[in-house]
Amino acid sequence: MALFYNLIPQLLPFEWTSHTFMQNALLAVILITPMFGLLGTMIVNNKMAFFSDAIGHSALTGIAIGVILGMSDPLWAMLIFSILLALGISLVKSSTSFSTDTVIGVFSATAVALGIVILSRAGGFAKYSRFLIGDLLSITANDLFMLFVIAIIIFIFWGFMFNQLLLVSINPTLARSRGSHVRLLETLFSMIMAIIVTISIQWVGLLIINSLLILPAAAARNIAGNMRQYHLFSVVIALLSGLAGLILSYYWGTATGATIVLCSAAFFLFTLIGTRK
Amino acid sequence: MRINLDRDYQAKNHFCGLCCTKIENFEVTRGKTEILRNINLHIHCGELTALIGPNGAGKSTLLKAILGEIPHGGNLKYLDYNDHHTSKPIIGYVPQRLDFDAGSPLSILDLFGASRSRIPVWLTHSHKLREHTREVLSRMQAEQLLDRRLGDLSGGELQRVLLALALDPLPDLLLLDEPVSGIDRLGLEMFFRKVADLRLEYDLSIILVSHDLKLVAQYADRVVFLNKTIQCVGTPEVVFNDPKAIQTFGQVLNPENYCNPQKGGSL
Repeated sequence: MALFYNLIPQLLPFEWTSHTFMQNALLAVILITPMFGLLGTMIVNNKMAFFSDAIGHSALTGIAIGVILGMSDPLWAMLIFSILLALGISLVKSSTSFSTDTVIGVFSATAVALGIVILSRAGGFAKYSRFLIGDLLSITANDLFMLFVIAIIIFIFWGFMFNQLLLVSINPTLARSRGSHVRLLETLFSMIMAIIVTISIQWVGLLIINSLLILPAAAARNIAGNMRQYHLFSVVIALLSGLAGLILSYYWGTATGATIVLCSAAFFLFTLIGTRK
Repeated sequence: MRINLDRDYQAKNHFCGLCCTKIENFEVTRGKTEILRNINLHIHCGELTALIGPNGAGKSTLLKAILGEIPHGGNLKYLDYNDHHTSKPIIGYVPQRLDFDAGSPLSILDLFGASRSRIPVWLTHSHKLREHTREVLSRMQAEQLLDRRLGDLSGGELQRVLLALALDPLPDLLLLDEPVSGIDRLGLEMFFRKVADLRLEYDLSIILVSHDLKLVAQYADRVVFLNKTIQCVGTPEVVFNDPKAIQTFGQVLNPENYCNPQKGGSL
């Protein structure tokens, strides 16, 4: 870590790299955005955008439960609740005849309402608004270590499981005929998604976290012809918009997460216009 | 329920006829609804078995139960030509349709890579896989589609690719869910002819779910009329002249078809 802190100002001799919080934020962007770029490809492929959105919103209830239990950092409550919600949605989806949107809509709205009701008791909602917008600049060295571990886990998961996940997304029965455990894979994927989304919320903000998952993959999808290009473009676009958003937010004095999302949106627009010609 | 095909018939149709897939007492219940009950079937290699029945009769459900995707009662046994019992036969499956996003950047090579290789397709493809896939696709005259996006294929092309995929590795049992959309009558007939050729060429056991009764009558060796339970099993002539089948499907075989010498040996 110390090496990194010494190296950054030398490699990037700009004003913004002289602050420790910006150096931390830079590391965080380098760790988070490629993960979002990777996972986003499958979320866009599987039309799961609404699902990941619901997971993000369910964090409100997680925070509320954490507050009731008297936790100073509600992260664990958020994690457990979002994983339970992800499992609940897939269970209800597979055992009833409701369409996926309806099931997710019901769960998502209920979770958000429950969270707001608990958190707004005695008019105290304002102090939780940091979760709505997120603050990337508040990230600490400990958080970075946790992110690093998660990034490694996700890359390993993606290396071993992606082929099977892809087959499931094409046709579950076809995947089954190839010996894949469809339910297990789907559950693992939604749990991984719940974990990464929930952990990132405090830095990115639950209002926009979903766009960070969707936009890079959606932009890459416009210009890619196969899976390798899709992932490469998605990760590169996510990383570039992360860096651009971080630097711009420093000079503009804006919220970092939202600025990053705007940069990804710009990428999406360019790729869309580029392919329509 | 069991049909014993006579030896002459088998010889004329190049049957090995010795490997056998036995479906014993299959039943599927979902919630409180009984979808399939008391299904007993023996599928022999080199035989094209068509599964017909009205909508909601449980045809696709039976395929999914055979694949183990849907929990079911009863047993599936596969016996090879030495009567050796294999608990896990290789099953090839051609789905009715794909639910994937048509705009997805998924090449045909990606599809085969995801099915055949351990190397994640987002990282790279091995040269061996590329050559292998080209060869497998060439069985279906589809090798030129290797780098095309899956969503850009026509209905007929998609069907050929999926059939090639189901034959790699060569299965003990091939399950086909006939395409219902995106494929015209001529394409469907080519599909049937291809499947019938495969049966002889690779000595495959094939179960084909179909809605096109005319083509079934023309190409299938054996027809299973399913409606929750097996209503009737036999050669197309037997099944389509069964009173229950006539009541459900109407008169499929007309008298001229009957004596048509071009239909050859299956009469």
